[in-house]
Amino acid sequence: MTLLENAIETSELTKRFNDLVAVDKLSISVEQGEVFGLLGPNGAGKTTTISMLCTLLKPTSGWAKVNGFDIVKQDTQVRKSIGIVFQDPSIDDRLTGRENLYMHANLYGVPTSEQKPRIDRVLKLVELDTRADDLMRTYSGGMRRRLEIARGLIHYPKILFLDEPTIGLDPQTREHIWSYIEDLRKAHEVTMILTTHYMDEADRLSDRIAIMDYGKIVASDTPAKLKDTLEGDVISIKTKEAAKLSSLVAGTVGVLKINTVNDGLDITVRGGKALLPRIVETAAKNGIFIESVSLREPNLADVFLHYTGRAIRAEGGDELHGMAAIRRRQIK
Amino acid sequence: MTEMRGIYTLWLREVKRYLRDRARIVSSFVQPLLWLAIFGKGLSSIATGVQLGNLTYPQYIFPGIVGQTLLFTSMFMGISVIWDREFGFLKEIMVAPVSQFSVFLGKMLGDSTDALIQGTMVFVLGALLASFLGINLNLSVFLESLPIMVLITFGLVGVGLTVASLIESLESFGVIQSFINLPLFFLSGAIIPLSGHLVPGWLQIASRFDPLTYGVDALRTVIDGKAWQPLYPLYFNIAIICIFDVAMITIGTLMFSRRK
Repeated sequence: MTLLENAIETSELTKRFNDLVAVDKLSISVEQGEVFGLLGPNGAGKTTTISMLCTLLKPTSGWAKVNGFDIVKQDTQVRKSIGIVFQDPSIDDRLTGRENLYMHANLYGVPTSEQKPRIDRVLKLVELDTRADDLMRTYSGGMRRRLEIARGLIHYPKILFLDEPTIGLDPQTREHIWSYIEDLRKAHEVTMILTTHYMDEADRLSDRIAIMDYGKIVASDTPAKLKDTLEGDVISIKTKEAAKLSSLVAGTVGVLKINTVNDGLDITVRGGKALLPRIVETAAKNGIFIESVSLREPNLADVFLHYTGRAIRAEGGDELHGMAAIRRRQIK
Repeated sequence: MTEMRGIYTLWLREVKRYLRDRARIVSSFVQPLLWLAIFGKGLSSIATGVQLGNLTYPQYIFPGIVGQTLLFTSMFMGISVIWDREFGFLKEIMVAPVSQFSVFLGKMLGDSTDALIQGTMVFVLGALLASFLGINLNLSVFLESLPIMVLITFGLVGVGLTVASLIESLESFGVIQSFINLPLFFLSGAIIPLSGHLVPGWLQIASRFDPLTYGVDALRTVIDGKAWQPLYPLYFNIAIICIFDVAMITIGTLMFSRRK
C-alpha cells in the first residue's frame, strides 16, 4: 500500500520494574500520518510504553524504532523527531507562555529567525495569543494543556505523542482540545500516538485503536471494526435482581452474552429492538422490578469489556503522587 | 551550537526564575546580616588571640560568611531539581535533544549565577556595615574574590544537584541538606579557626577533607590581605577547588543522566 517506512515499529518491547512486568512483549506498528490510540485502564502500561518510545525509559528487552531510529542507540535523533504532551503538566509556571515556547524552541534547535513566526502561529492555533505574555501560573488547566500541545509542535515533529491529553479537564475544554487535535491533523502531516482511558476520546480521534491491558495488546483495529466484532446491540437493564433476571434470560434465542455490571445487566443480543420487549415481559412475569432500560449500538466500552472481561476504570489520575497530584487537583 | 544554545536556555531560565522571586532576594540579606552583626560583632570581645592571627573577629568571619552563603545557597539550589521533578518540568528537559552534560551544565551555571548573586549581596552588606564591623572592603577586593567565589560555587552547586538527583522527595532533601551543610560549614573554619596547637588533631584532619576549607582560606587570603596567615598557598587552594569542581561536574552529570 505504501512504501513509506512505518512511523513506529516495536518488536517484543518489554519493560520490567523488579517483579512487575509493565509492558509485556509489545509488538505494534504505526503508519505515517495515522492517529493511533492506545486505550486501556490506568496501570495498563500505556505511559510506560510512551516513555520508552520517547527514550525516557530503557526497555528491558525487545526493540523499537521511532521514525526509523533505534530508541536506545539513536536516542538524540528520536528526540529531535518527536513532540510530546505528557500526562502530567510539564511547563514552567514561573515563566510566561511565550517564554516557555521560546525555551522549547531553543532546546530543540529551531533556527532563531524562525522562532518568532512559528511561536506566533502555534499561539494563534491554540487561541492563546492574547494571554501569551502572562505567567503560566495564571492559566487555567485547559489553557495550560493547550499551551503544551502548542509547545509540542514548535519543532515540527513527525510524531506527536499525546499522553492522556484531556485527563482531568471539564467536558467543554475536552471538546475544545479534541477539535484542536483534529485541526492539527488536517494542517500538519503529523502522526499521532494518543493514550487514553476515555472511550469516547479514542473513538473520536483514532484511526486505529489498540486495547492494552496488563502490559499487553488484547485487540487492535479500527474503532468501527472493533465494534463490529461484537456483532450485536447492547440492552442495559437497571435492576436490583440482576442475577435472577440473568438466569431467566440466558436461554433466550438471540441473546449472545450477559455481563453483570454495577447496577444491573448488559445483555448483548442480535436484533435488540425485537428482543427488548420480550425481556421486559419475562421480567414482569417473574415479578422482577426493572428501574430502567436502554438499547444501544455497541461502543468501545463494550469492546473493552468484551476483551478484558471487566469495565474500564473511569477515574483517572489516582496514581499521581506529591506535588504533581496537588497540581492536578488545582487544575481541576 | 545546539548544545551551547541549550545550555544558555537552561541558564536563562534559572536566572529569570530567581530574579522574579523577590522574597528570596530580600531574605538573602537577612541571614548574613544576622551572622555578621550578632556573631561577628557579638563574639568579637571573646574571640581574640593567636588563632586569628592579626585579624579582629569580624575581619576573620566575613570571608567565612561569604563562603557560608555560597555553600547554603548552592545546596539549596538542588531543590530546584526536585521541584522541577515534582512539578513535571524535568521531563520536558530530560526528553529534549540536548546532551545530559549540557542539561547539567546549563542547570549548574544557572544555579551558580543565583548563588553568586547571593554571595555578592554579602559584599554589599559588608560594605554598608564596613565601619560598624571594622572591615576594609573595596571594589578591587571584590573583583579579586569573584573568581574564587565562582570556582567554589561550581563545585558546591554540583554537590547540591547530585544529592537532589539521588533523592526522591522534598522532605528528605531538607534533612540531607543540613546533614551536608553543617559539617561542611563548621569544618571549613568559616567561623572558628581549625588550625594551631589548641585545636584537637582529629578536628584538624577532618577539616582537610572539607573542600570549603580551601575556599574560605583562599577568600581570606584575598580579602584580609597580609593580616591573614594563609593555611595553604593560594595556588594550592585554587588547585584543590578546581579538582573538586571537575569531580563534582563529572559525578553530577553521571547522576543526572541515569536512565532507568
